Amino acid sequence: MSTTLTTRSSVTTTERQTARASSALSARQVTAALPAALRGADPRRLWHSPVLFVVEVGAAFTTVLAVLDPSVFAWAITFWLWVTVLAATLAEAVAEGRGKAQAASLRAAQRQTTARRVVAPQDVLEETSGLATLPTTEVPSSSLRVGDVVVVVAGETIPSDGDVVEGVASVDESAITGESAPVIRESGGDRSAVTGGTVVLSDRIVVRITAQPGHTFVDRMIALVEGSHRQRTPNEIALNVLLTTLTIVFLLAVATLQPFAAYSGQPQSLVVLVALLVCLIPTTIGALLSAIGIAGMDRLVRRNVLAMSGRAVEAAGDVDVLLLDKTGTITLGNRQAADLLPAADVPVDALADAAQLASMADETPEGRSVLVLVKERFALRERPEGELVGSTLVPFTAVTRMSGVDLAGAHVRRVRKGAAAAVTHWVRSTGGHTGDDVRATVDAIAASGGTPLVVAEQLGDRPARVLGVIHLKDVVKHGMRERFAALRSMGIRTVMVTGDNEATARAIAAEAGVDDVLAEATPEDKLALIRREQTGGRLVAMCGDGTNDAPALAQADVGVAMSTGTSAAKEAGNMVDLDSDPTKLIEIVEIGKQLLITRGALTTFSIANDIAKYFAILPAMFTTLYPQLAVLNVMHLASPQSAILAAVVFNALVIPALLPLALRGVRWTPGSASALLRRNLLVYGLGGVVAPFVGIKLVDLLVALLPGI
Amino acid sequence: MTVLVAVTQAALVAALLVAAYRPLGDHLWRTLTGERHLAVERAGYRVMRVDPDAEQRWSAYALSLLGFSTVSVLAVYLLARWQDHLPLSSGVAAMDPAGAWNAAVSFTTNTNWQWFSGESAAGHLLQMTGFAVQNFVSAAVGIAVLAALARGFARSGTDGRVGNFWRDLVRVCVRVLLPLSVIGAIVLVSAGVVQNLHAPSELTTLAGGAQHALGGPVASQEVIKELGTNGGGFFNANSAHPLENPNPWTNAFEVLLLLLIPFSLPRAFGRMVGDLRQGRAIALTMATLLTVATGLLTWAELAGPGLAPAAAGAAMEGKETRFGEAASALFAAATTGTSTGAVNSMHDSLTAPGGGVALVGMLLGEVAPGGVGSGLYGMLLLAVVTVFLAGLMVGRTPEYLGKKIGRQEITLVALNVLTMPALVLVGTAVALVVPAGLAGLQEDGPHGLSEALYALASAGNNNGSAFGGLTSGTPFWNTLLGLVMLLARFVPIVLVLALAGRLSSQRTIPAGPGTLPTHTPLFVGLLVTVTLVVVGLTFVPVLSLGPIAESLA
Repeated sequence: MSTTLTTRSSVTTTERQTARASSALSARQVTAALPAALRGADPRRLWHSPVLFVVEVGAAFTTVLAVLDPSVFAWAITFWLWVTVLAATLAEAVAEGRGKAQAASLRAAQRQTTARRVVAPQDVLEETSGLATLPTTEVPSSSLRVGDVVVVVAGETIPSDGDVVEGVASVDESAITGESAPVIRESGGDRSAVTGGTVVLSDRIVVRITAQPGHTFVDRMIALVEGSHRQRTPNEIALNVLLTTLTIVFLLAVATLQPFAAYSGQPQSLVVLVALLVCLIPTTIGALLSAIGIAGMDRLVRRNVLAMSGRAVEAAGDVDVLLLDKTGTITLGNRQAADLLPAADVPVDALADAAQLASMADETPEGRSVLVLVKERFALRERPEGELVGSTLVPFTAVTRMSGVDLAGAHVRRVRKGAAAAVTHWVRSTGGHTGDDVRATVDAIAASGGTPLVVAEQLGDRPARVLGVIHLKDVVKHGMRERFAALRSMGIRTVMVTGDNEATARAIAAEAGVDDVLAEATPEDKLALIRREQTGGRLVAMCGDGTNDAPALAQADVGVAMSTGTSAAKEAGNMVDLDSDPTKLIEIVEIGKQLLITRGALTTFSIANDIAKYFAILPAMFTTLYPQLAVLNVMHLASPQSAILAAVVFNALVIPALLPLALRGVRWTPGSASALLRRNLLVYGLGGVVAPFVGIKLVDLLVALLPGI
Repeated sequence: MTVLVAVTQAALVAALLVAAYRPLGDHLWRTLTGERHLAVERAGYRVMRVDPDAEQRWSAYALSLLGFSTVSVLAVYLLARWQDHLPLSSGVAAMDPAGAWNAAVSFTTNTNWQWFSGESAAGHLLQMTGFAVQNFVSAAVGIAVLAALARGFARSGTDGRVGNFWRDLVRVCVRVLLPLSVIGAIVLVSAGVVQNLHAPSELTTLAGGAQHALGGPVASQEVIKELGTNGGGFFNANSAHPLENPNPWTNAFEVLLLLLIPFSLPRAFGRMVGDLRQGRAIALTMATLLTVATGLLTWAELAGPGLAPAAAGAAMEGKETRFGEAASALFAAATTGTSTGAVNSMHDSLTAPGGGVALVGMLLGEVAPGGVGSGLYGMLLLAVVTVFLAGLMVGRTPEYLGKKIGRQEITLVALNVLTMPALVLVGTAVALVVPAGLAGLQEDGPHGLSEALYALASAGNNNGSAFGGLTSGTPFWNTLLGLVMLLARFVPIVLVLALAGRLSSQRTIPAGPGTLPTHTPLFVGLLVTVTLVVVGLTFVPVLSLGPIAESLA
């Protein structure tokens, strides 16, 4: 059982990684999406996209015309109009198909299991202790309701989402996160949430169920990655309104063209009018609009972020303020030794030597960082085991707040390192004293937001003397400064949230290059800050994991809950990060922006295309009536029929040609709005004007070879 | 030489517009935002029984405006129907119902399309109490709607209040239009324009022939006709008539009057939204489009393509020798670029490309610079479309002047974008299918199509200039054009006011480096492009059968 499980999850992980690695479009993906594309062409489903609906009605209409009055031209136009419809539905199906693989691996984790439900009256179940000893009964996992309590032991799958109310266990969450290292889940605190489908590897936990069947986290993930319940986002709906309007305008322009043509003496064939209409309405963006939205969600999923609503993804692009927790996001999470400052008359090497000795018994991250510092800066290698034989290590405790070593020898040499107050106290107790220079150094470090550790030594029974000070400080993660600068250039302000005091917080903020700090922050302060920013019209993003973060997460426009966090936090946020990486907030913003840019770029491209299509179709329609219009045939297309067909073919082919771009998202680098606009206008605006001239000409060269055209 | 004259007079007008931009813009801003009421205004409010300090929600504002305009239409209609029974009729007969309806709608909607000759169909009383009054108030209505929209952008988090219609209406008339008209009329009178209440009289000339001498309150009509971008001529020959426009100097002055308020309003708008650069960018966009149109039109008229001009040596058919081609081209570009419709030459006789440019000037929706108020609000809606299309490309959902453009906002704008092309295209198609419509056309082929399209474009954009060649005084044309003028004016107004209401209830988002800048040359270029592509492209098919085919012949 256990072996199969391990194999299964490792396969899942590989699949996921493969999916992540290849974001390009493969032939297999396209073939797999074909059935869905055909279903998508159902007019009842296409109705929600008026642009495509008009194309389909046009295609059906020309089919009738081609049957009634067959010609190579009519059939060719009809064929390519249907290709346009299918290209559009295929685009959406391919985008949806990419989520299917992920959904399959999630379904594996979701299979039916047996749960051991605690049998007890409701009031007993609400207790938080003593539940593990109560009698249990085996029930199918699908019958579990909110408030039920189950016992899960090593080797078993957790039957549904819940909170650990008793015990501690290591849990394999690879089925959800793809991360193979087990995580610890324990009752109380911010590490109590467990997800259905994950496997307990050790120990035994009691879990209170927090999700109804069918509404678990995995269920929601599956629905999300499959895009089955995809709600169209506000901006997508707004864009659809505009595209529909343009469609109606062009519908009017083409419908009224017939009386004008009749007045001028040459009524047009209806096939040609339909072809003109389809070329003019914004089919490219109409076809790719859903795919862009689905792909945006997909990009988030590939980075292990689940957005509970598409609205949040769009909001991410609009974010003005990022609230970032200091610890773990901006700094490495613990303080590290940054410098050694010797007392007067003490050589720095002596201080380094003593600092190293005093830290050997210090297993805290701070202690280890001292060893790293002296090794790197003063080339002091770790002492061989033998050197310290007979010595007594004095480990760090919370009571003494010192660590050190007593070295055996003629005179016992006692070396101590610890909090300034503790070491000063120790020195004084031996009859020694702390020099003014050291006191000044200690104060200076404290004022700068750092932590001073004082190092002292005592030889025999002589008074101890202070050797110097170790400067511990928060270390800002590599590359954060640059990322914040990039965010600033995009107009996003970063606010560092920390429990530190104002001075410390300011010092770190200055080093990391964040714009503002919220020091000594309580959850209420955070909430108040978010409200204040929102009142000023700004959108706020934050991440959090604790239950006390929940109100702020709910208030924020983009609230990213850590997967390791409590259920309350996950419920409150509108996104969940499975990797529990707070830095990901920045990537989420980037994905949001990329989604909007892709939408805008393809809309611009689509509309710009119309210019060339006019130059292809209008002379083709009216040159026999007014020969002088031939000069508008700037592309020198072979014949009127080939010109119209070439425009229709180009219009159809441009959809699959741009699909990879829609799925991948346009290239995006942080920069000011002006710079972004200039670049995108050049590529997609100007490109949209020029590309169809080239494309239609090339298609015309081929189409002209068709017999009967 | 002619090119030099053309450039000089355009440069002179441009220089005067630049000089007026700041003082007149600031004056308009003070008029629309000041707290104090003048005594004469207070008297007006008392007569109308309105509280000028009561802020109206957009719907109340719209209802006031529609109510006022309905009364206006009725008043002009009755005056026209009964003018033969009223004093100062100078023997002019009453108008028929369709004609009176057309005239009433035409002047109330700031279109001032005239199916009739002013001198023979409208008596002095109708001119002064009907047409002249509407020339003032219909212009004020346009500026009022603009003011409401500007307040929508400027205000934050209200419950949709956009100002007080009666206050805007009265103030614009009293503080802007009346004083400027008085000054303008004095200038015109001193340059030779007629101003009296004489009935036409017969004179015997030196050669012994009989001549019809006309009189009337011409100067006072002339000035507001241009200042309010109205366009109805006192005489049929409009500003080509020597008693309306005696010499090249008055001609340049009249062109200046056409463009004065439309080009100064962006400054007032900039001040209202608290960012002068935004107003300047809009003014520059309008100037760019108008400069291109003027350049093309002037080129077409000076180059004189076509058989007749080639034979005659110049494209002088339908033009006044007092002005020449260049001054006629400048006037034509200005009158179609604004929604004025006054003419100093017959647009039917412009060269084919020249007529095409005049037509396109209207078909862009009268936004460069457009009618007083209406041109600016039209351009602002196009700016919203531009922001919506291009704004996404900076990675944010679209916003303009700190307001998010969401589904409801874009729906209102989109309906607006749809209205004009629908009216013009469907109207023209109907006219070209119905025999009664075809009967009005003088020519066949591309020129005939242009005549019909021009009439509908003129009505559908509340311009009012006529292409000539079209006999529009029939019940069919009067009814059709009246309907088109009415819808083209008030559908957009209601939509714009609804948008103003929504915007004013939205909270303003502060601009940052991540927001799309809407005051840069890049944005001006973009707005010009969107105007040409989104609006202009709609009409390319029909234009290719009219002016384009004719030009390339």
